[in-house]
Amino acid sequence: MSASNSGKDESLISKGYDWIDSRFKIDALVEYMSHKVVPLHSHSIFYYLGGITLFLFLIQVASGILLLMYYRPGADSAYESVRFIISEVEFGWLVRAIHSWSANLMVFGAFIHMFTVFFTKAYRAPRELTWFSGIGLLALCMTFGFSGYLLPWNELAFFATRVGTGMAGAVPVIGEQLLIVMRGGEGVTGATIGRFFGLHVAILPAAFTVLLTIHLAAVQRQGMSEPVDWVNKPESEKKYMKFFPHFIYRDALVWLIVLNILALLAVIFPDGIGVVHWPLGEKADLFGVPPAVIRPEWYFMFAFQALKMLPAHVWFLEGELFGIIAFSVGGLLWAMVPFLDRKSVKGKEPKLVMAFGVFVVIFILAMTIVGYLVE
Amino acid sequence: MKKLIFILILFVPVLVLAGQNNCLTCHQDFEDDDGPSHIFSRDVHSQKGIGCVDCHGGDASLEDMDEVREVRGYRGVPSHREVPDFCARCHSDATYMRNHNPALATDQLDKYKTSVHGERLYRNNDKKVANCISCHSVHEMGNGKMPHSSTHPFNIPYTCGKCHSNPEYMAEYGIATDQLHNFEQSVHGKALLEKRDAGAPACNDCHSNHGAAPPGTENLAAVCGTCHALEAELFVKSPHNDAFNEKNFPMCETCHSNHLVVKPSDAMIGDKPPSVCIRCHSDNDGTKGLETAKAFRGMIDMVVAGREEAHIALREAITKGMMTTDEELRLKEVDQALIQTRTQVHSFNMEDMSPHAVLGKALTDTVKANSAGLIDEYYFRRKGLGLASLFITLMAIGLYIKIRRLP
Repeated sequence: MSASNSGKDESLISKGYDWIDSRFKIDALVEYMSHKVVPLHSHSIFYYLGGITLFLFLIQVASGILLLMYYRPGADSAYESVRFIISEVEFGWLVRAIHSWSANLMVFGAFIHMFTVFFTKAYRAPRELTWFSGIGLLALCMTFGFSGYLLPWNELAFFATRVGTGMAGAVPVIGEQLLIVMRGGEGVTGATIGRFFGLHVAILPAAFTVLLTIHLAAVQRQGMSEPVDWVNKPESEKKYMKFFPHFIYRDALVWLIVLNILALLAVIFPDGIGVVHWPLGEKADLFGVPPAVIRPEWYFMFAFQALKMLPAHVWFLEGELFGIIAFSVGGLLWAMVPFLDRKSVKGKEPKLVMAFGVFVVIFILAMTIVGYLVE
Repeated sequence: MKKLIFILILFVPVLVLAGQNNCLTCHQDFEDDDGPSHIFSRDVHSQKGIGCVDCHGGDASLEDMDEVREVRGYRGVPSHREVPDFCARCHSDATYMRNHNPALATDQLDKYKTSVHGERLYRNNDKKVANCISCHSVHEMGNGKMPHSSTHPFNIPYTCGKCHSNPEYMAEYGIATDQLHNFEQSVHGKALLEKRDAGAPACNDCHSNHGAAPPGTENLAAVCGTCHALEAELFVKSPHNDAFNEKNFPMCETCHSNHLVVKPSDAMIGDKPPSVCIRCHSDNDGTKGLETAKAFRGMIDMVVAGREEAHIALREAITKGMMTTDEELRLKEVDQALIQTRTQVHSFNMEDMSPHAVLGKALTDTVKANSAGLIDEYYFRRKGLGLASLFITLMAIGLYIKIRRLP
């Protein structure tokens, strides 16, 4: 009886599959997937970082949609609605905690993913587009964080956004206009919430989806990057595992572990902990006294601290302007690394490029630590 | 042209001499460093451009003192009795004062004449009694806003205390000299002198300044009521008002003392020591005084105990990281209800007091219940997390086993 039922079920699935395949020709895709492999070597664990970041992004989307049902942008309603979410809405506190924790973990994951790609030289040809789209996705992640930080319209967010957007004013030529466009006026007001909200829930998700599609399509089409020294390795010594189901199952296992960690963090520390902290606190007061210490989110701390430490003038340039130019040049060099590194495609070690990478990591870590140590 | 320049050159020494203040030139020669001519530059009058001759008369351009004395309007140094009128020449002249300090009143002399100081000066020619310069000093005078001034709020108790806490000086007047000492121990004195709260009352806020006099028993409520308006209003309407008047008890002072007003505590009310009620009331006095006092204390203790319990419950919810903003605000409402309950003691009427106490108690019960709810919610979250985490872990283990079994 059960065998008969099972036969019926299989027949039903098979019929459904055939119905779809006859219209969308997915047989070719399944065939392609079944031959896809993932290289196996000592750094294979890094292949899961992109998946983790993607998983956290999906959680961001889901929790963000839930928050959107109650959040009301505006100087008179933003703070009140967030307060309502965390105090009155059933499990609202959990949704906000998950959204905030997954945002921070996503940025962290994206950073680690980028650095592992950099130091394993996975950016090299023919994966330039994957690298560029990845850099773009990280920039969007950080912009997501910056725009989302203001939305609760609390005291800390207000002053941090005022300082953060104020830096845009130092950009040469367009600085003043850029500042006004970002803030929706001279100062950070209710108009700024409107802009940041639009950016956070419409423009950035749209841009992110486009870039993410390109990034994933490139990864799927080109496969995972193999280690540099595999160029000269005999095929017989190279090891692989099947993408499906071996890699997919492992990816799912990592996602479950990340989900468990996220749940623990969100329930035990709903307002964050240490430098990753988002208590609602007091409502923003446009004429209030700024808190003694205004700090940006941790992933902006290195830039914030570096700009703070610059002297008033460097040569003939204003210190802040010099810093912005230096960061722009540094960022451009970082993004252009697939073109600057000509050695790794030939299986050689690009020492200068790697030294630059080490310098960037040390600079970011040092400035972040100093930023938190110095009041 | 040359003649004109010559004439001008001749007049320069004359013009220079005419602008010179010879009072200071001479007086600085023979006066000590703390003499009037040396310290006058720090005086508020000097800073407003008022010089020696504006008060003392004479002519500052003259070098010979005998010539100065002959100048019409020369007044020299006034006697102790003459000082108030000497100062009032300007300070009671509204037109003159408008040009120098329009915000300053011009009724100081009139008020002074009504004060104990003024009455003794004019009636008895008492040379020890305070006149203007006894309090304001002379030649180094400041206004009440200047920290170095003897009339700055922080300095007033010591200005008055110069005479009033000197037993030898005050001996002939037969009044106490412990006012400054008591004031320093009082809630007002601590606020003014220790916490440097310029809004706290100094001597003049109760006794007036130029019209200084001890407030009578019948107007004490008005004096204290200047700041403690609600308490005074409740007292005046209370049955105690007539009883106190009948026995000639000073209103507020009877329970709170005068210069030694200590911070009121709940222990002041009730049927047991150190209650102030038992000073007059007893079980057999034919009134419900002691019974009411006991009931008052019970009401206050009920709110205080409830507040303490609510505070402990709320603290636990805060420690557990729960969202407690609403309860924290509610606890502030409890504080407000407690203040109102304590204030209503001055009505000496249970019907007026009990609604505030009942409200306070109800609020503390709400805070306790909601805090307990938040603590329950905390444990619910932990249990939920445990279950969710267990479910995810089991799924992960299942997946791991599946992976291990893959070819």
